[in-house]
Amino acid sequence: MRAQSQNHVVIPASCEARASSAKAGTYVRVEGKRRVSWVPAFAGMTLVFGAAVVMPNDCQAETAGIAAYRIVGDAIPEPLTGTAGDAVRGRRIVLDRATGNCLICHKVPEPDEPFQGELGPDLAGVGARLNSGALRLRIVDQSRLNPATVMPPYHRVENLRRVASQYQGKPVLAAQDIEDVVAYLGHLK
Amino acid sequence: MRWLFLGQTKVRIPTDWRIPVAVGARQRRLDPTCMLAIVMAAWSILAPARSGAEERRPVPVLPGHTFQSAESQRLQNDDGANPGMLWVEQGAALWTAPAEVSGKSCASCHGDAAQSMKGVAARYPAVETQTGRLLNIELRINQCRTANQGAPALAWESDALLGLTAFVSWQSLGLPKTVHIDGPARPFFEAGRTFFAERQGQLNVACTLCHDDNAGRRLRGDLISQGQTEGWPAYRLEWQKLGSLSRRIRACSMGVRAEILDFGAPEYLALELYLAWRGEGLALSSPGVRR
Repeated sequence: MRAQSQNHVVIPASCEARASSAKAGTYVRVEGKRRVSWVPAFAGMTLVFGAAVVMPNDCQAETAGIAAYRIVGDAIPEPLTGTAGDAVRGRRIVLDRATGNCLICHKVPEPDEPFQGELGPDLAGVGARLNSGALRLRIVDQSRLNPATVMPPYHRVENLRRVASQYQGKPVLAAQDIEDVVAYLGHLK
Repeated sequence: MRWLFLGQTKVRIPTDWRIPVAVGARQRRLDPTCMLAIVMAAWSILAPARSGAEERRPVPVLPGHTFQSAESQRLQNDDGANPGMLWVEQGAALWTAPAEVSGKSCASCHGDAAQSMKGVAARYPAVETQTGRLLNIELRINQCRTANQGAPALAWESDALLGLTAFVSWQSLGLPKTVHIDGPARPFFEAGRTFFAERQGQLNVACTLCHDDNAGRRLRGDLISQGQTEGWPAYRLEWQKLGSLSRRIRACSMGVRAEILDFGAPEYLALELYLAWRGEGLALSSPGVRR
């Protein structure tokens, strides 16, 4: 229980078991103690916003370590992992060309970064404009909000085409990476 | 002066943007981004509304050098400084070099390239009538080598193939790109259009998302071009050599973390045809210079 609550990536024993549990509607996320009190609140929000519970829907997603998450409105309100996001590490991911490479499209208030993109919104003040849940969904899979978006899905392995072999079945960012980036962006106020 | 051996006078269209400035008679170079913004703004006012046709072309169609730095543009326009001209020179030498066994050179059949090859590159990629295959310039050269010269095909990105491709393209310098997309070419065109529009790779983006929707904006520090092909083969500073359009497209595949297809892959050839059509009317300017 403790181990699972530290990590919300749910990897069932087998794909068959996972499929049958989904059919039976018994798939539940294991909540850490700290967040148990949120469950009734989410239940209420579900009625209001029609929350979608998103689960990895094939074996590929499971083995890729795609975290289960649910969308409420325009957000994923619950963290993808049980480890709080590390803003310092998140900053590194945002700036690093090999991992997040967010600056290819976005501007951030980092005066030492000379080459910044202008395809996406300026991220200065994004932490004041969007709460962490809204940030999380936009990074995980912005296409859920805007199917025509140019922004890549950073935590998705399904419905992709012609993926280079070394990236097949792998998300751009791991669940903890997403949490770290959310923590960094949350500080941009 | 060093290109006089080519036996013809070529005039390059100046591509560095200059406007008269009120103070004195001096001219001042505009930042390409600024100029681009002016052109696009003017066009959006003057041009009729973009038609809803499914065959979509950028409006206005802008050549590749438009999105390069002033320094790259200067290099491209100066034949004495353009490093791509080294390959044109090699191609010129190969044009008259006899193949080992047959003793035939390109010139044996085609004579003076300035006459026989004028306008050819502007019409490629094209479907070969006998076989129904879509060929780009590189494949056409190799087809000629194996079928007519009795010589082995040249390797992709070899200096020899790049040189001949650049030399043949050079004979169409300044001529407008015009390709056939109907009849036997139609399926290739459609495949190219589909490839351009489909999302691909781990980053799940399509060519059109950058080169239609975001051309003129900055990706990191670099302006996104329209993905036009009139300057290829081009000398890319990043490569420190001339490279084929196929190589450039492969770099895009890598950028979006998609599978990098083989040189001459049907998808890339079809894409080359679609891109050529998309940039019809652009004056050929190979060897271009790119960052």
